[in-house]
Amino acid sequence: MPIEILMPALSPTMEEGNLAKWVKNEGDKVAPGDVIAEIETDKATMEVEAVDEGTLGKILIAAGTEGVKVNTPIAVLLQDGETAGDIGKAAAPAKAEAPAKAEEPAPKAAEASASDAAAPVPAAPKAEAAADPDIPAGTEMVSTTVREALRDAMAEEMRRDPDVFVMGEEVAEYQGAYKITQGLLQEFGAERVVDTPITEHGFAGVGVGAAMTGLKPIVEFMTFNFAMQAIDQIVNSAAKTLYMSGGQMGAPIVFRGPNGAAARVAAQHSQDYAAWYSHIPGLKVVMPYSAADAKGLLKAAIRDPNPVIFLENEILYGHSFDVPKLDDFVLPIGKARIHKAGKDVTIVSWGIGMTYAVKAEAELAKMGIDAEIIDLRTIRPMDLDTIIASVKKTNRLVTVEEGFPQSSVGDFIANQVSRQAFDYLDAPVITVAGKDVPMPYAANLEKLALPNVGEVIEAVKAVTYR
Amino acid sequence: MATAARKAPAKSKADSKSALTTPKPADFTKQQELDAYRGMLLIRRFEEKAGQLYGMGFIGGFCHLYIGQEAVVTGIKMALVEGDQMITAYRDHGHMLAMDMSPRGVMAELTGRRGGYSKGKGGSMHMFSKEKNFYGGHGIVGAQVSLGTGLAFANKYRGNKNVSVTYFGDGAANQGQVYESFNMASLWKLPVIYVIENNRYAMGTSVTRSSAETDFSHRGASFRIPGIKVDGMDVRAVKSASDMATEWCRSGNGPIILEMNTYRYRGHSMSDPAKYRSKEEVQKMRSEHDPIEQVKARLTEKKWASEDELKAVDKEVRDIVADAADFAQTDPEPDASELWTDITL
Repeated sequence: MPIEILMPALSPTMEEGNLAKWVKNEGDKVAPGDVIAEIETDKATMEVEAVDEGTLGKILIAAGTEGVKVNTPIAVLLQDGETAGDIGKAAAPAKAEAPAKAEEPAPKAAEASASDAAAPVPAAPKAEAAADPDIPAGTEMVSTTVREALRDAMAEEMRRDPDVFVMGEEVAEYQGAYKITQGLLQEFGAERVVDTPITEHGFAGVGVGAAMTGLKPIVEFMTFNFAMQAIDQIVNSAAKTLYMSGGQMGAPIVFRGPNGAAARVAAQHSQDYAAWYSHIPGLKVVMPYSAADAKGLLKAAIRDPNPVIFLENEILYGHSFDVPKLDDFVLPIGKARIHKAGKDVTIVSWGIGMTYAVKAEAELAKMGIDAEIIDLRTIRPMDLDTIIASVKKTNRLVTVEEGFPQSSVGDFIANQVSRQAFDYLDAPVITVAGKDVPMPYAANLEKLALPNVGEVIEAVKAVTYR
Repeated sequence: MATAARKAPAKSKADSKSALTTPKPADFTKQQELDAYRGMLLIRRFEEKAGQLYGMGFIGGFCHLYIGQEAVVTGIKMALVEGDQMITAYRDHGHMLAMDMSPRGVMAELTGRRGGYSKGKGGSMHMFSKEKNFYGGHGIVGAQVSLGTGLAFANKYRGNKNVSVTYFGDGAANQGQVYESFNMASLWKLPVIYVIENNRYAMGTSVTRSSAETDFSHRGASFRIPGIKVDGMDVRAVKSASDMATEWCRSGNGPIILEMNTYRYRGHSMSDPAKYRSKEEVQKMRSEHDPIEQVKARLTEKKWASEDELKAVDKEVRDIVADAADFAQTDPEPDASELWTDITL
């Protein structure tokens, strides 16, 4: 059957073009790849190549014709043994079977979004996080620093699974820039505790590549401030590969290290990335406060088949907390923890922000305000259920974080609460955050840039109308 | 002073491993010639069909065709063994076909249908096959180089003898993470073949306008990675270079660079009018260096295949491509529920 040659689109937005010139004439033999015509759009002139072999039987659109719609037959190609008499039987390649929408020129972006608005979007599935495991009565509690808890978590998981390894700057021979990997080289050797050059973008990519084969790297960033060099690999490679591969392969990888402000290290070393990473589908984002949570959640993160951003804090590394002495203490990612129950106001915080919340709560108690503190622990997926349930009880909400205020994690929580529990709120939600300035170096200015206990107390007094 | 400075590198060069020289093109058996012919022709016909389907509106977005460069992936694949991995950027259709991925699955991904390798969610630039050891299909120029180095890291970690074949273009060769990866690969002796597909143009910018060092085989010099230049239009030359490179990696010598001098006939993507080069330049490559015509000429000259036998191969390939195109146009789009799947496990 003769083959119709159609007016091609040069881009998904092209609807019509001019047939500038025929390079082949009726009766010419053509082979795949031969240029047969030239077409023009407002953007470019392009050559039309033959896809099939045959003889140009008839030109349907004359050279010089303007405004030829995409997919209009422009010529008929005769195959072996066919003559001009067969032309009436011509079939467009596959056009007859094409779904209706593909025959239409691709819609312009604006039209597409207008039609999308009317289309029903299936609801997002709701993720259910398990509750924390019961700690058997009589379990010994051991006072442990966050630093030790993190190290113990990695060591236990490396003993358990030979596919787990640690890589990063100074993780091995130096024993960790912040001593989080202390002793790991001695126990697991240089194959599994890998010192990298100072090359964040590169080793993040190496880690993701290794993870795509099923290994379980723990990539330590000396601080998350340096991970900005690697954020393309974290977001574009680690977070999106599972989706882009239709579920065939992902990246079971943990990116961990200190995040946010330490002390007096100024603008480039003091940023909190919780809100940044929480923006990305495909990532899990964990930000523990206590040593027990640091241990249980890091173990969970290492076992998790997804890329997990594990945000630590340099100041918290030296803080001690009780950690249950159990063989295998693993906590669920995506579950908040009620740090202290209360009835008058809900304070939600996470990571270092909890230090302000905890101190403020003690002061508020003296004023007769019974605050409930929720330690979010995981930023993504977020345990909104626990927050909403608390707000329905207290009718007031304050969030506390060190990060920048615009598009902060607190902003997201406030938005969700206003959508899901608006009728329960007795006051606007107040989000306490860092100031909207790069972190200054001077001690007095740094103190002003960070949130403080007084601001949390003032926020609580405001929402409780005290 | 100047003389001494010139002499010093010459000495260190003799010390280092860059004494490697490009091997002679492989002597192909009849079967190898026929396999290469069929493999390259499948890519050529597949890409021509993809271009046509793009023109008809079945394929959206960006679509980067591999036409002209077929000898590179075909020759390399002939040197690989089970378990070796490939990873590349967005001009990836040829690599997938070379890795024996199904033409139906690739074409259906191009049309965004549920039978595509990524269920229609990845598209032309983002396709993977765990089963066939193809690790993408990456849309960010240069990112695949670090990832491919990570594949090699995993091979070494596991102690297998597999090799990661990591492709990138002359354009990506100017990205910073390429050199971060070179450093680690050489430092840790990772089994990775860096294949620089030098098709002379990074989109519309020629190598002479973008690159201070246009000899890409030397790009590993600072990291003691040896490199050779290969006629990427001659599948036999690609094969012999790849044999040498795989042997180099499997023997524990670390990474190696193969600069494949090749040429893309089509524009960078479908909507590229290719004003940055002359029609004569393209025509000269097509008529004098075409990788498929070279094999065809040898097959005919040596009387290893008759005109009819070659036509039979053409027909078989054409039928495979037609079947893939039919499937890719009739297979349904993904179910709406797929919007929310495969985000996290």
